[in-house]
Amino acid sequence: MSDETVTGTHRIELDEPKCVAAGQCVMVAPEVFDQRDEDGVAVVLDETPAAELLDDVREAVAVCPAAALRLVAL
Amino acid sequence: MSDAARDPAVRDVVVVGASAGGLATAEGLRRGGFTGRITLVGAEPHLPYDRPPLSKQVLAGEWEPDRLPLRPDADIEALNLDLRLGVTATGVDPRARTVALDTGEEVGYDALVAATGVSPRRLPGGGGHVLRDLEDALALRDRLRPGRRLAVVGAGFLGAEAAAVARGLGCEVTVVEPAPVPLAHAVGAQVGQVLTQAHRERGVDLRTGVGVTQVYDGGLELADGTTVEADDVLVAVGSVPNTGWLELGGLPVADGLVCDEYCAAAPGVYGVGDVARWDNPLFGTSMRIEHRTHAGEQGLAVARNLLNPDEPRPFAPVPYFWSDQYDMKIQAYGYLRGHDEVRIVEGDPAERRFLAAYRTGDRLVGVLAIGLPPRALRPWRRHIAAGATWYDAVGDPPAGETTEPREVVSDVAPA
Ligand SMILES: Cc1cc2nc3c(=O)[nH]c(=O)nc-3n(C[C@H](O)[C@H](O)[C@H](O)COP(=O)(O)OP(=O)(O)OC[C@H]3O[C@@H](n4cnc5c(N)ncnc54)[C@H](O)[C@@H]3O)c2cc1C
Ligand code: SF4
Repeated sequence: MSDETVTGTHRIELDEPKCVAAGQCVMVAPEVFDQRDEDGVAVVLDETPAAELLDDVREAVAVCPAAALRLVAL
Repeated sequence: MSDAARDPAVRDVVVVGASAGGLATAEGLRRGGFTGRITLVGAEPHLPYDRPPLSKQVLAGEWEPDRLPLRPDADIEALNLDLRLGVTATGVDPRARTVALDTGEEVGYDALVAATGVSPRRLPGGGGHVLRDLEDALALRDRLRPGRRLAVVGAGFLGAEAAAVARGLGCEVTVVEPAPVPLAHAVGAQVGQVLTQAHRERGVDLRTGVGVTQVYDGGLELADGTTVEADDVLVAVGSVPNTGWLELGGLPVADGLVCDEYCAAAPGVYGVGDVARWDNPLFGTSMRIEHRTHAGEQGLAVARNLLNPDEPRPFAPVPYFWSDQYDMKIQAYGYLRGHDEVRIVEGDPAERRFLAAYRTGDRLVGVLAIGLPPRALRPWRRHIAAGATWYDAVGDPPAGETTEPREVVSDVAPA
C-alpha cells in the first residue's frame, strides 16, 4: 500500500464495525476492495487508489449500505 | 458534463425524503456535475441517518444515535443543499411543477424526486410500538430489560430481528404470526422453518397460524380467544408507502408511486427507494423493494437519468438484502417473491449453513444464504444478473417434482 502513495491523492477509510458485509464495494471496485471469508467484512486492498480508480471508489462509497466507507483527500 | 448539467432547463431539483434514497439522489446529482439548486425536504428533524441498525445495534443498546448519520456534517455541507428538515411535503402540482410544504410555502421544480419511504402498518385501533425511525427505536430500547415481557406481532424480518435482540437482552419474548410458517411467502417454507427453529431454540415463544384481534394495555388478544400478557407490544406487520402527497397531485399510485423502467412517474417526476414501484426489466415485472442497498442504487440511477434525459438507462438491479438474527447473517440476491420452487444447492439447512436457489418459471430469480462466505454467493449473483435459466444455473428439476408447491403471494412486504 505504501508504494501506492506516489499516485494516491485520496485515502479510503473503512469503519469496520459498521460494515454489514453487503459486498457492494467489491462489486463496484474489485481492484480496491475484497471481503474476509469468515464474516464478509470488507478489506481495503489499496488504501490510496490511483486516480483512474477513484470514480469506482466514489461509487462504492455512495452505494455502501452501511455508510462504512469514506474517501478523504490527502 | 451531462446534458442537463449544462441544460438550463433543469436548474431546480426538489427531492422529498431526506434518508438513504434522497441523499443518494442528491449525491448522484452533484457527482454528475449538476450545479443547480437541490432542495432536500425531510419530515424528520434529523440529517439523513441509517435505519437498519435501529432494529439491531441501537435496540441492543450497543450504538448511540451518534453512530447513525449517513454522512459527516462536512460531507452534507459540501453538497450545497437547500435543506429543509422537519418539513413535510403536503401536495404536488405536476402541471405547475410545484410542491406544497406544511410551512405554507410552494417550491417550484424542474425535476421532482419522491423518496418518502414507507410508514409502519398499524393494527386496527392502533396501540403498541412500531419500529421505523430513531425515536421509535429509542422508545422501545428504553423498555427492554431483563425479565420484561415483549410481544411481537408479525414474524417478518423486522419482527424477527427485534425478537432476537430482546432475547439477547434477557426479555421474555412472544411472537405471534398469522401465517403457518413465518416468512414463507417471501423466502419459502423450508427457509422459514430454519428461522423458526432458530427462534424457538433461543427461547422465543413463537405462535404461528393465529391472528391478533386486539392490542390492549398489557398485551394481545388473539383470534383463538387466548391472550398474551406483555409489558410492551411491537407491531411489525409490514408497511404502507408514503404516497398521500403524490396522490393529491394526481400522480399514479398503486402500492407505491408507479414508475417506468427509467424510474419516471410523469414528466420530470421520479421515484426512489421504498416508496417507488417501477418496472424492473431484468425480471420483466413491476416491483417495489424495501431494502437498504436498493434505495442507494435507485437514487444514483435516478440522478443519472435526470441529468441525461436523452439517454435514459433502464434501472435493472439485482435486489439485495441482509438480516442479522442471533449469530445468523441472512443474505439474499434477486426477487424471491412468487417463486415456484426453492432448492438447497449448497450446505445443510439443519446446520444453518446453506444456499437456497429460487426458481420462477424457467429462470433462476434469486438465492438466499445463511452462514456462507461472500465468495459463495457472488457467482450466483452474476447468474441472476445475466438472466440465467434454472437449467443453466442449477440443472433441470426432476420431472414433475418440485421441492415446494407454489405459494400464495401476499402483497404485504416482509418488513
Ligand atoms: C428498523 C429497520 C431495519 C431495517 N433493516 C434492514 C436490513 O437489515 N437490511 C435491508 O436491506 N434493509 C433494512 N431496512 C430497510 C431500509 O432501511 C429501507 O429500505 C431504507 O431506509 C429505504 O430508504 P428510503 O430513503 O427509500 O426511505 P426511508 O428511509 O423510509 O426515508 C423516507 C424519509 O422521507 C420522510 N418523509 C415521508 N413523507 C414525507 C413527506 N411528505 N415530506 C417530507 N418527508 C417525508 C420520512 O420521514 C423519512 O425520513 C430496515 C428498515 C428499518 C425501519
Ligand atoms: S459495501 Fe460497505 S457494508 Fe458492504 S462490504 Fe463494502 S464496506 Fe462493507
